[in-house]
This record gives sequence, C-alpha cells and structure tokens, in this order.
Amino acid sequence: MLARLIDTRMAVFLAVLFVLTVAVPLGNLVIAGQPVPSYVVALLGKYLTYALLAVALDLVWGYCGILSLGHGAFFALGGYAMGMHLMREIGPRGVYGDPVLPDFMVFLNWKELPWFWLGFDSFWFAALMVMVVPGALAFVFGWFAFRSRVTGVYLSIITQAMTYALMLAFFRNEMGFGGNNGLTDFKDILGFDLQADTTRAGLFVAAAVALAAGLLLARYITTSKLGKVLVAIRDAESRTRFLGYRVEAFKLFVFVVSAMMAGVAGAIYTPLVGIINPGEFSPANSIEIVIWVALGGRGTLVGAAMGAIIVALSRTLLTSWFPELWLFALGGMFILVTLVLPQGILGAVEAGLRRVRRRPREAAA
Amino acid sequence: MSSQLFLSGVSKSFDGFKAINNLSMVIEKGELRAVIGPNGAGKTTMMDIITGKTRPDEGEVYWNDAIDLTRLDEAATARLGVGRKFQKPTVIETLSVADNLNLALKADRGVFSTLTARTGRTQKTEINRLLALICLSDQRSRPAADLSHGQKQWLEIGMLLAQDPALLLVDEPAAGMTDAETMRTAELLRNIAGERSVVVVEHDMQFVAALGCKVTVLHQGHVLAEGSLDHVSANPEVVEVYLGR
Ligand SMILES: Nc1ncnc2c1ncn2[C@@H]1O[C@H](COP(=O)(O)OP(=O)(O)O)[C@@H](O)[C@H]1O
Ligand SMILES: [Mg+2]
Repeated sequence: MLARLIDTRMAVFLAVLFVLTVAVPLGNLVIAGQPVPSYVVALLGKYLTYALLAVALDLVWGYCGILSLGHGAFFALGGYAMGMHLMREIGPRGVYGDPVLPDFMVFLNWKELPWFWLGFDSFWFAALMVMVVPGALAFVFGWFAFRSRVTGVYLSIITQAMTYALMLAFFRNEMGFGGNNGLTDFKDILGFDLQADTTRAGLFVAAAVALAAGLLLARYITTSKLGKVLVAIRDAESRTRFLGYRVEAFKLFVFVVSAMMAGVAGAIYTPLVGIINPGEFSPANSIEIVIWVALGGRGTLVGAAMGAIIVALSRTLLTSWFPELWLFALGGMFILVTLVLPQGILGAVEAGLRRVRRRPREAAA
Repeated sequence: MSSQLFLSGVSKSFDGFKAINNLSMVIEKGELRAVIGPNGAGKTTMMDIITGKTRPDEGEVYWNDAIDLTRLDEAATARLGVGRKFQKPTVIETLSVADNLNLALKADRGVFSTLTARTGRTQKTEINRLLALICLSDQRSRPAADLSHGQKQWLEIGMLLAQDPALLLVDEPAAGMTDAETMRTAELLRNIAGERSVVVVEHDMQFVAALGCKVTVLHQGHVLAEGSLDHVSANPEVVEVYLGR
C-alpha cells in the first residue's frame, strides 16, 4: 500500500516537507537568536495551504480534465467556516463587548445571531463545516453540471461565474459575513493566543500535515482503479460511458473530494493570516490556482504543490523588490511554461535528471 | 426463443432531416449480421439509438423482447450487455494496453467499488488471455497511444470482449487495416459470433464477404434489402444506390 502511494517524487517531496516541519518551528522557537522570524513562519504556512489548494485542483483538472476556474470559492468557504468559529471565540472581548454577537453584527444593530451562525462556537462543528460546506456546494453544483453533461470551456465559465456570484454575495453586509471587511480581529484558537509564536508554529505544522495528508489521499485516489477511470474520462469521456461507467458519478465524487480539500486549506489559511474577506472569492484568485498547477506540472500532484509554492514565493520577493512588475512576471511565467515546459517545472526537472543519470552509463559503455 | 435485439418502426430526425426512417430489424441470439449502406445511410445513428446515446423520435427498441432500450443511457446499456466499437478507434491513449483492458473487464462499475477494486489473479489471467487473442501481449505495458491504427482497432475489440457483452456493435472495424489484418478481424468476429450476437457495419465488400453472414442494406435510414450477400447484390435497387457506384 505504502509503496503504491509513495513513488520517488512523493518521497523526495515529503522528506523535504518533513525537514521543514521540524526545522522551521525549531528555528523560530528554540534556537537562540531566532534565525526564522515569526512572520516567515506565517508566510511559509500560507504557502503550504496554497500548495494543498493546488493539489486539490490538480486532482480534478490534471486527472479528470475538469478545468475548474472556481476552486478559490471552496478555499474561501473553508476559510469563512473557520473564521466564523474564530469570531465566536472572541466572545465578550470584542470592541462592543457583546458576549455573543460579533462586532460587525452589533454595528449593524442586529439583535440576535442568524441561524447559520449557530453551532460555530464549537471548534469541532466548525472543523466539520470546513469540509461540509464546500463539499455540499460542489455536490449541488456538480450534480447539475455533470448530469447535463456540461464540459470544457462551458464548465470552466460557470465555475468562474459561481465564484464571482459568491464574491458579490459575500460583499453584502446583509449576508451576515462581515461584508467587505470580512472576518478578522481573531483572538485565539482552541484557547491558544493567535499572536503567540507557539500558536503560529502549531498552525504551520498543521498546514504541513494537511498538505501531506492531502497529497497521500490524492495519490490513493489516482493510483486506484478509480484513478484510471478518471484518466479515461479525461482522455475519452464517451468511450468511458460505453464501458458502463456512469461518468457523472465519478466526476461528482472527485469534484466533492477536491472541494473539501480546498476547504481544509482555506480553514488553516484564515488563522495564519488573521483575516478572511470576500476578495478571496475573486475570479482572478481561481485563475491563479490554474497557473500554479500548470507551472508545477499538471497531473503530478507533487508538481502542483511545488508550483503553488514557487509562485507564492516569487510573489513575496518580487512585490517587495519591484511591486509594479508582479503581474507581468506571473503572466510571463505562465506563458514561458506553456510554451517551453509543457510538462511543467517538475516534468522538466525529471527529464533533466534522467538525462544526467543516463550519461555516465553511456560513457562507461 | 426471444430475439437479442428488436427494432420496430424507429425514426429519428435531426433538424428535419430523417437520419433514421421507419427502421425495423431483428437480431437473433448468437447471430452475426453485417450492415452495409452508403455514407450517411444512418448506420452510426442506428448504433447511437441502440446504445441509448440518441433517443429516437418514434419506434421501439427491445432487448431480449423484455427491456426497452430507449429508456436507458450509454452506461446502462453497456451494463446490460451491449458492447460498442466506435467508427474512429477510441482507446484511452495515456493508459497502458493492459489498463485499457482492465477498465473494460466485467466488474462492479460503482464509484466506491471502483475506488477499492483490486486486480486479482482472475483479472490478470483474463487480461493475458485477451492480450493473446488480440496479438498485443508484447505491447501490454506500452501506452495505447503508441499503437498503430490497426492495433488500436484490435485493442478496442479486446475491450469489448472484456466487457463480456451479449451483443457487440462494431462500426467499420476494417478502416485503416491492412488486407491481412482485415481478414484476421473477419475471422475473429466470426469466432465471437455464436456465443454472442455481433452486428458489424462495414463498407469493405471483401470484408463482408469474408464474414459470410446475413446482410442488411441501409439506405436513407431505411432497410432496402436483407439476405445473403449474393441475394442483396442481385437486387437492382441496391446496385443502384450502393454497389453500382
Ligand atoms: N447528432 C447529429 N446531428 C445532426 N445530424 C446528424 C447527427 N448524427 C447524424 N446525423 C446525420 O444523420 C445522417 C446519418 O449519419 P450516420 O448515421 O453517421 O451515417 P453512416 O454511419 O451510415 O455513414 C447523416 O446525414 C448525418 O449528417
Ligand atoms: Mg458511420
């Protein structure tokens, strides 16, 4: 089983991830002089949640050919579900001191908590909703889209419309999610102070564990017989139907799993960055996820995770050095990869390694 | 004994154009049948209707005299026992030859049973048997994309057999094959028939002659003639619309 899940590239990636998971908290909390500053811990944790989001998209796009341009919505919904819990955790410590209502509701003159905020005082309920809400949206959306056999560009367009509609909805104050300010000013999680270095390190470790688990789950799915059915749907959908597979059911399954994975990524992202707002639903965000996956290597899982981290890291560096250049750099990277490295960065690296390994043998022969 | 497939008064129009026009036909169990007809005669559309890909405007399509096929979709007719080879060979290019067969093997097609399915000894034996039958044992681990056109046709026939269907619908199998391959395909289909019903659509008269079976001539979505190849070839209408050109 383990051998099936962990091939060379997965082994290398998980090993590097493990070293980071140990080294980063050590460098931040234990080693004198704090070689890893606290903001870097949060930043790296954020990259890891992006990586998990990229893996989720690769699962549907790389393996099943569903080019979702709305995965940012599932990420944001997971983020909001966790944000709602963190808001309720604030309790009477808010500016208005209301024991139950979050500040923005007091400000709107609301008298009681809307029904959909009930239950979020419990962390475990929220943790469940982090997966249930994106999963349910993906289920309903996919049910209609896949059953009516919407594919290709049309499917991409309606996923994009979905995230856009959600963005507009979440911007409205009456929706009860804090309007354009979103949810913020969190105090603690499970009783741990969110400003504390130890909590931040804990969240970083959570992000790493979630990424590893997401990769292994995705790998379990893609190496199973179902994974082959997904590839069959991607390459020859009609043939797959005539083999007796109910294509819409398989698409729905993988779409829902992927949405839940994206939701988990969003849920860890929110406490790490301290805010979740409707901007996370913006269509451009979802398009960027596609760029990560294409850049890293579509249909490789590990490559998708790498692509997310590489783009996020370049963004951090470039926006501090030449802020006005970032969008051009992103576009440039995407064009470069699609033209020069169709297999993405991972594909190019692996091809390079194969060549290096072959050469000494040829020389010896 | 009930017939394998029974079509009666089937019609289907596309934007007013009658692709299938009051078509009736009976295929017995174990029968081998060739369907010929000029381009656009409605042969592929007929297969679309049998497999549930296209719903007819009128008419009946019955399986075993019992099940109404017009109410089923592609996956359901496939599960019932209809195997279909497309006109354009369609295999899953990025999967290996053996994986293509494995996906086609008769098994529970549900999502969760597919997720946890294992390829056991029975499956491996069956895959090996099919590989030998379609002469692709040496190519088993190669991606299907690497196969020649004729080999893809054979792989697709192998996938049909893996499904263990009661009825095979085979659309222009000889297209793109060498003469030797064509003759071997005819022999393969002759061997399959008997145990299963086989309907073959073909243009190549040599191939149809090699099948040595009852022939149905389709023209403008309607049966023009039916009988032995010699019998239909002697029909002046058939000669006019098809053979004479
Ligand atoms: N989905 C469709 N939409 C419109 N016209 C179609 C469709 N399918 C088939 N036709 C038309 O129906 C006629 C019969 O086509 P077809 O069954 O493919 O013929 P054959 O396989 O005998 O060459 C053709 O004129 C074709 O253009
Ligand atoms: Mg045709």
